[in-house]
Amino acid sequence: MSHLTKKLGKADLLGVVVLSAVILVLFPSVFGIFRLNLIGKYLTYAFVGVSLVLLWGNGGILSLGQGVFFGLGGYCMAMFLKLEASDPIATKIQTTPGIPDFMDWNQIVKLPLFWLPFKSLTFTIIAILVVPALFAFLIGVAMFKRRVGGVYFAIITQAVALILSVLIVGQQGLTGGINGITDLKTMHGWDIRSDSAKYILYYVNGALLIGCVVFTRWVLSTKFGMLLLALREKEDRVRFSGYDVANFKTLAFCMSAVMCAIGGAMFTLQVGFMSPSFVGITPSIEMVIYTAVGGRMSVVGAVFGTLLVNFAKTFFSEEYPDLWLFLMGATFIAVVLLFPDGLAGLYDRYGKPFVLRRAARAHSKPKATEPNVAVATALESGGKHG
Amino acid sequence: MSLNEVGSMIAMQGFSGLSLFTVLLLMALGLAIIFGQMGVINMAHGEFMAIGAYVVYLFSQLTQNYAPGLREVYFVPAVVAAFFVAGAVGYVVEMLLIRRLYKRPLDTLLATWGLSLAMQQFFRSFINPKEVSAELPEWLLGAFNPTPSIQVPRNGIFVMGLTILVSAGVYLLMLKSRWGIRIRATTQNRVMSSAVGINTDRVDRFTFALGCGIAGLAGAAFTTIGSTGPTSGSLYIVDTFLVVVFGGAANLIGTIASAFSIAQAQSLLEFFLTSAMAKVLTLMTIIVILMIRPQGLFTNKLRT
Amino acid sequence: MAEFEMLTIQGLGVSFDGFKAVDDLNFIVDRNELRVVIGPNGAGKTTLLDLICGKTKSTSGSIMFKTMDLTQMKEHDIVRAGVGRKFQTPSIYENLSVSENLEVSFPRGRSAFGALFFKRAADVIDRVHKVAEEVMLLEKLDHQAALLSHGQKQWLEIGMLLMQDPELLMLDEPVAGMTVNEREQTAELLNRISKNRSVIVIEHDMEFVRKIAHKVTVLHQGKVIAEGSMDKVTADPRVIEVYLGH
Repeated sequence: MSHLTKKLGKADLLGVVVLSAVILVLFPSVFGIFRLNLIGKYLTYAFVGVSLVLLWGNGGILSLGQGVFFGLGGYCMAMFLKLEASDPIATKIQTTPGIPDFMDWNQIVKLPLFWLPFKSLTFTIIAILVVPALFAFLIGVAMFKRRVGGVYFAIITQAVALILSVLIVGQQGLTGGINGITDLKTMHGWDIRSDSAKYILYYVNGALLIGCVVFTRWVLSTKFGMLLLALREKEDRVRFSGYDVANFKTLAFCMSAVMCAIGGAMFTLQVGFMSPSFVGITPSIEMVIYTAVGGRMSVVGAVFGTLLVNFAKTFFSEEYPDLWLFLMGATFIAVVLLFPDGLAGLYDRYGKPFVLRRAARAHSKPKATEPNVAVATALESGGKHG
Repeated sequence: MSLNEVGSMIAMQGFSGLSLFTVLLLMALGLAIIFGQMGVINMAHGEFMAIGAYVVYLFSQLTQNYAPGLREVYFVPAVVAAFFVAGAVGYVVEMLLIRRLYKRPLDTLLATWGLSLAMQQFFRSFINPKEVSAELPEWLLGAFNPTPSIQVPRNGIFVMGLTILVSAGVYLLMLKSRWGIRIRATTQNRVMSSAVGINTDRVDRFTFALGCGIAGLAGAAFTTIGSTGPTSGSLYIVDTFLVVVFGGAANLIGTIASAFSIAQAQSLLEFFLTSAMAKVLTLMTIIVILMIRPQGLFTNKLRT
Repeated sequence: MAEFEMLTIQGLGVSFDGFKAVDDLNFIVDRNELRVVIGPNGAGKTTLLDLICGKTKSTSGSIMFKTMDLTQMKEHDIVRAGVGRKFQTPSIYENLSVSENLEVSFPRGRSAFGALFFKRAADVIDRVHKVAEEVMLLEKLDHQAALLSHGQKQWLEIGMLLMQDPELLMLDEPVAGMTVNEREQTAELLNRISKNRSVIVIEHDMEFVRKIAHKVTVLHQGKVIAEGSMDKVTADPRVIEVYLGH
């Protein structure tokens, strides 16, 4: 078994199991629906965190425009839900019934053409996956074929995030402007605001996230993943080994965009609105810090990093609002200067030796019943052979 | 609308473009040194600008409260102080943070973003969460009327003058002075530079401080045009980076030309569109051009 | 079967801001030949390799590899046509293991999707072992590449090229930084691998050149000033003047 897959096998396979247990079992049994819904919201950001492990941690490509894709996914979903919420009966007091309220306020009398297909859920779901992929493909081809990379790519993707957020705010009649698309109610008649719907959406979201985690782990374990790592280090060597480097980067960028978009769509469903404040520069760069805190090389770490930062954010903005930005700023600096491998790095250094010791002890005492250790042991030995 | 009115309108719009030009250029000059010459991404550049603006504000407050008679003269020392305070903070930041990250440009970007968040909160907590403005001296108020229908505000002329002065200063410093040669030598070949006796650590520190100081000057200039809030600086950061990249990162003339064309394009578009759409169109054009010509408008062809 | 030469360069030139790094250069490499290119610093040796592998675009002339004009091709297409190039400083993936370094150089799964669905089949493992043995790294397969000695890194990069089984192999200073013992082994390695392919080597170490070269080409200021056997070249008064005399 190769060096890289061994690394992945050890650190992450156990991680995936623990992560699934935490998301699907622990959280729902500990928290009520209000908190669970909040966690569900954080977990939608974790899609972005995971996407950045693929793109930035392994590929070395820092996109500061992931909010764009999160937003595209979120807006596609919001458009569908908004159209359903704006049926002619519900909107009969408007000048033009049957169109979203914000359009009516902006003296628009006919549904714009690009809104029309979003009456179909099938189209919406396809759009959530295809629109961001296509957009990422265009940006990726234009930039990577011309060998724009590193900080230039970061700055340009950041500018794209700025453009899209200004555009959404500026085109109030078409997009809902700064308030975004709000008052979303049902999906094919199913009330997404009810507690039961929130439970179901939480689980769907959790399962999709774990799916993305497993998918990313798989991608990183393939030759494609090895090449991503390789071209982060020695791009020229990869190119002069016969690979069209731009295609690899573009595909990684597209994959990451689709993951962000799924997160965005799930955000809209669970939180009930979408607004430009999730598209622009600040959210895009803030989501990078989730990945950095979790460990930029660790898929599972990115999810825990996202949760940790958001728990902290909620706690501090409620209790000590003045402290929060200082803490956030310090986190950015500390994670770069002191913990470049984030939580995953800390776990590798301190946590794993402990787990391994426990596992070894469990081996010598076959009757050990502690479930975690048993799982760890099984995975350790599995990781070595498979 | 008479021909004369149209002429005046164009002149006024052109002047509004010029004032945006000076804003962008003053910010970009500092960044052109830090990013263009040193290759450091300083996302907190806008906050260094805010430092400059707050220094002028503090001078204005002190003058108002303790020495009202000095209102006509406080501004000039305040501008000088803005340069030195912002530069000094930059010096310390280089020493504590930037120095450790020279080989990791993307990490520098994240760290300085964190710095910018902390600095914004510092302004909010310790200066004023709301926007503040400095009490300007008489000679900066009012307008100058070359013809009855054209009004040129005096503060605009002042900022323009300051911009020309700073640009000329930076140009001379980078291209003609020994210090400039050391900076360029260090950025081009660090090992060789230290081998020929240049203290490269010191060059880095002073270069970064200089870039921050110029940002401080930009902030001081802003106080004559608008008010300053904790997030004022961050509003322009992306535009400023685009100005520098668009101009061809290591090229000062390019930076000036790029600031000029971006500012004029935007204010011209604002004549026809909302300001949001004007900004969208301008930024999109820049990005499309950068995709076609990633090296920017002006670059020296180098042997690779 | 082959009537054409492996590599035929005619009238090749490139200039950087008016400086002619390579100027009207003519150069032919036969099949199964090991050619060494020497010349003082700045003679244009590395630029020549850059031009052949497409890293630098020429301003004039042609580079015919068999029947293909390389000046019209993209870097990865040149590699796929059968040209491999080793860089001056060992260019390997330090984060990956030795076997992974070799594996990612295997010429299958070269498209982005192809790499995603690439299987580590028996022939891949076979080839990795064979090449590792060839470049004397069989015992190091599981080591992280960063932990290799400088000389072993050079061998690993040669191994990565051998994975692709190129018809033309170009090596830029392959023994730089090697011990005397490692140089001996590298000379043997080069003699082995040039049995069924053409090799171009840039080297400064004259003793090493004498051991491996079939034919030597001397470059000076972007032009060929002498070509032939080592003895013939070292006896050439112009070569002595510009290079060996100093």
